[in-house]
Amino acid sequence: MHVLVAVDWHVIWLRIFHPDHVFARALWATVFMSVVSQAAGVGLGLVAALMRMSRFAPLRWLSGAYVWVFRGTPLLVQIFFIYTTFNLPIVNLGVWKVPSEILTGIVALSVNEGAYMREIIRAGIDSIDRGQMEAAKSLGMRYGQAMRRIILPQAARVIVPPLGNEFNNMMKTTSLVYTVGAYELFADAEQKYSQTFISDYFIAVAFWYLVLTTAWTFIQVLIERRLARSERGDQLSYRELLLMAWNPMTTLGRGAWRR
Amino acid sequence: MSEVVMRATEVHKSFGRLEVLKGVSLEVKKGETICLIGPSGSGKTTFIRCINHLEKIDSGRIEVNGHLIGYRERSGKLVEDSERNIARHRTQIGMVFQRFNLFPHMTALENVIEAPMRVQGTSKAHATDYARALLSRVGLGDKLDTYPGKLSGGQQQRVAIARALAMGPALMLFDEPTSALDPEVTGEVLSVMEELAHAGITMIVVTHEMGFARKAADRVVMMDDGMIIEDGTPEHFFVAPEHERTRQFLSKIL
Repeated sequence: MHVLVAVDWHVIWLRIFHPDHVFARALWATVFMSVVSQAAGVGLGLVAALMRMSRFAPLRWLSGAYVWVFRGTPLLVQIFFIYTTFNLPIVNLGVWKVPSEILTGIVALSVNEGAYMREIIRAGIDSIDRGQMEAAKSLGMRYGQAMRRIILPQAARVIVPPLGNEFNNMMKTTSLVYTVGAYELFADAEQKYSQTFISDYFIAVAFWYLVLTTAWTFIQVLIERRLARSERGDQLSYRELLLMAWNPMTTLGRGAWRR
Repeated sequence: MSEVVMRATEVHKSFGRLEVLKGVSLEVKKGETICLIGPSGSGKTTFIRCINHLEKIDSGRIEVNGHLIGYRERSGKLVEDSERNIARHRTQIGMVFQRFNLFPHMTALENVIEAPMRVQGTSKAHATDYARALLSRVGLGDKLDTYPGKLSGGQQQRVAIARALAMGPALMLFDEPTSALDPEVTGEVLSVMEELAHAGITMIVVTHEMGFARKAADRVVMMDDGMIIEDGTPEHFFVAPEHERTRQFLSKIL
């Protein structure tokens, strides 16, 4: 209780209900980095997963080396390496100039995420019965077509729950990019703190991360519900899915409700 | 008349050290229904999987409609064909699997129109018309929008038959199409297959259903230990089989 009394509720109130435009920019930077990095990570993961399954051995090795390096070294080191080695440009998107530090963050987070996504995507593809590929081939489909039309849509159901966790993590992990000078949510809180020495800015920023991750939980439920539709023939209610999304145990036991 | 649809010549195939096909030769003429029988492990399933190149062969050759399947002749040697050609040749060969292998994320209708649209480039309207007709033919005209998960095994297998027929194949392969089914629904699948046999579809059926073989087959082919040991009409086969091994096999399952 002592801690709560010491909290300066006014500061928190202001940060939550009266965010200034600097804060808005920081919030945007966090969301932008998370979404773009996750999307790119999924893309990289997919490419690496397909390489991993290639008949051509050097592609498999390359994919293995990629995962080995990027899962085996700290993300912070990767961020600093990219920041100090490559002088990434400012990218003008018209509506927004993406600062070089944000771009650094996106590159590091994407490449790092791709290594984790490769395993998730590969497990998803592996979970699809071999007969599906054979049926597709027997109908004259080529490998790529069978992957796109038959295997990946089914694998998506297996991939989405862990992908949701990855994205949840991603939104919080973007805070590391603060260390190379990106102005995102955490940087905003840190800057306010260093100006005022009021630690309550960190409570306010925690609240904002919670807003993001909670919003994502709801979106994830909608996506999973759409994907669950066909195979089961019946639908899980929003409530069931929300409970599952919040309960980490069900994510581990995901295979059980798929069958 | 009597044009050869499938010709296999001296097909050899090993899985590692285990030789599963020891020189299999078989000719199937247009309109014929062949029932391929034999004890498990005799190589029947492997053989028909070789016909559409789901399995590679070690030597010999397999032709469907005059096209060498899976391989290309280069200066007298056989080398594996390009993926594109293999896929193109497979459109001529329908396959029905033991475990149905329907696409669970698509409705019955979508399962049937998928390959005509994506592989042959048929318009959706045409593919749909034909798919409706095929699904009615197999008795599932009322299940067009049902997902496989909501269909019984027998119904799923009939959708799978319609799906294979939708490509207008010259040859249909059936890999133990009723072994994964409950006894009470095998009948509905077998009667569809019988109808196809009578309609003149060229079929090779790996099966343990001797009743079906007797009624629908033009020829019954017995495989044992990677070889074809007997090949004849059902009458010949069930009344006076020549081979001792065939007699043993039949006495066991009849």
